[in-house]
Amino acid sequence: MPLPRNFDTVALAKRIRLDVVRMTSRGRSSHVGSALSIADIVATLYGAALDVDPAHPKKPDRDRFVLSKGHAGAAVYAALAETGFFDPSLLDQHYQNGSIFSGHVSHKGVPGVELSTGALGHGLNVATGMALAAKRAGERWRAVALLSDGECDEGSTWEAAMFAAHHKLDNLVAVIDYNKLQSLASVAETLALEPFADKWRAFGWSIAEVDGHDHPQLLAAFDRLPFAQGRPSLVIAHTTKGKGVSFMENEVAWHYRAPLGAQFEAAIAELESPDA
Amino acid sequence: MRDAFIETLTEIAADDPRVMLITGDLGFGVIDRFAARFPSQFLNAGVAEQNMTSIACGMALSGWRVYTYSIANFPTLRCLEQVRNDVCYHNCDVTIVAVGGGFSYGPLGMSHFATEDLAIMRALPNMRVVAPTETWEAQDLVRDIARTKGPAYLRIDKDAGGVARRDGERAHLGKARRVRDGADVTLIATGAILREALVAAERLAAQGVDCRIEAMHTVKPLDEAAILAAARETGGIVTIEEHSRIGGLKGAVAETLITAGVRASFFRSIALCDAFPTIVGDQAYLRGRYGMDAKAVEAAIVAALAEGAPLARLAAQAKWETAGEGA
Repeated sequence: MPLPRNFDTVALAKRIRLDVVRMTSRGRSSHVGSALSIADIVATLYGAALDVDPAHPKKPDRDRFVLSKGHAGAAVYAALAETGFFDPSLLDQHYQNGSIFSGHVSHKGVPGVELSTGALGHGLNVATGMALAAKRAGERWRAVALLSDGECDEGSTWEAAMFAAHHKLDNLVAVIDYNKLQSLASVAETLALEPFADKWRAFGWSIAEVDGHDHPQLLAAFDRLPFAQGRPSLVIAHTTKGKGVSFMENEVAWHYRAPLGAQFEAAIAELESPDA
Repeated sequence: MRDAFIETLTEIAADDPRVMLITGDLGFGVIDRFAARFPSQFLNAGVAEQNMTSIACGMALSGWRVYTYSIANFPTLRCLEQVRNDVCYHNCDVTIVAVGGGFSYGPLGMSHFATEDLAIMRALPNMRVVAPTETWEAQDLVRDIARTKGPAYLRIDKDAGGVARRDGERAHLGKARRVRDGADVTLIATGAILREALVAAERLAAQGVDCRIEAMHTVKPLDEAAILAAARETGGIVTIEEHSRIGGLKGAVAETLITAGVRASFFRSIALCDAFPTIVGDQAYLRGRYGMDAKAVEAAIVAALAEGAPLARLAAQAKWETAGEGA
């Protein structure tokens, strides 16, 4: 069965990255690295895999997407704007005085955002509630949550992991942006997650591991959901924090630093080059 | 009060297939009938209150009306951020039911005393805070909550109250219930500790002090008109709650008076001192031990009057007599 939407996801991801760098530069805001890390994931979700309709953002049988790692909200605002949920010029308001486009993703007044997040360890749980609601009502839509690796430190994430498998929520999908860097240091140095896939497998999830920047791999995974009947599905997306801007890649500092001046120009030039 | 809540919710669930009751693995012998009758509208989330609360949000955002159920502080403080960010910010139709207000679970110790909940829940935007004073009142208020939108916190006492409903009487969410008419002082109580106010009022009547009593089952939104009327018409105000003296009913009433610029002739609070009780005992014992029983209410009013706080009735009379002299 074809995926519900047919954007050129590679071109979409490129626009999302350019938007993200412009937004975080104009707002002098943090988390550009986290947003670049998920650009390909949200491009393949909003450009292809999610059954959503910008003309009817609240249609009852839509798929629900929850950004659990709310600090990467710039990427989701960009994905929504670039796929028709609202005018991309509104992205200029991100992080500005008087704006509703907060650094951490917020649903109020922003078409297409299902859930406001920012505190970690909430999004998978709410998406699990959504998936349960669909199951109990006999509806066929999916709930998809995008998590960071760091928020797997939160106990609540594992509460949801256990619950979703127990209740056989095969309409629930978690995608983990596994870029292996946290806020101060690497995941391995902070609170090691490995053997990561085995942990989720032991909790009863069915799993695909993909290169989180390789669109055919992401699309192929989303195309065969659920990975197993009666089990929630997890896509472990191996990613590079700051992906697409060479000097930001794998650098903890770009969790916080905003691209300004010459660095902003260099980032835009790199993202605009035909090879990007 | 707990059984009455479940009975009423059972009736509500029978009429609305999108009503969902989620327990945090508590309610043995109470909610099993609900679970048996409505298996698709019941869920035991396990001992995982953070997840329970976010699940409730997710279901509510998908068109369900959800009730989370647990004991004392577990569905509120344990998962406070889920209550704040998920339920309240998204203005979800989620009612958080805490069984065991105040000292309901008195012998179980500090972990099971819900004595800061009113203050903390009251501070959350969109949250309505309800602590019924009587079992039958709880049933009315559960129905009112079910008819309206948005988050609510329902604090259920072990103490059942005990005053029968008068003919035609009904409790209304957000509206104080006048339990007793009186001219000298108003006792404003929330939760089943109202019974201590009733006993104190009878004792004071024998001493010639005429008490009005308002059952303030809804702490938010607060019936401000009833409070201002109490100050204007009876003068003295005493708040009574099985809760810390900080931020609960006392704070809400005092804020109302000060903001309106209306001064009570005296203002006293019967509440728990700012400390964790280490002593255990049943609900009635702990009320006595911590100065929150009928005797304490009576003593507070007698002391206020001895300190020269005027009774409105006498003050008005004095004013009339003075005016008469001047004429």
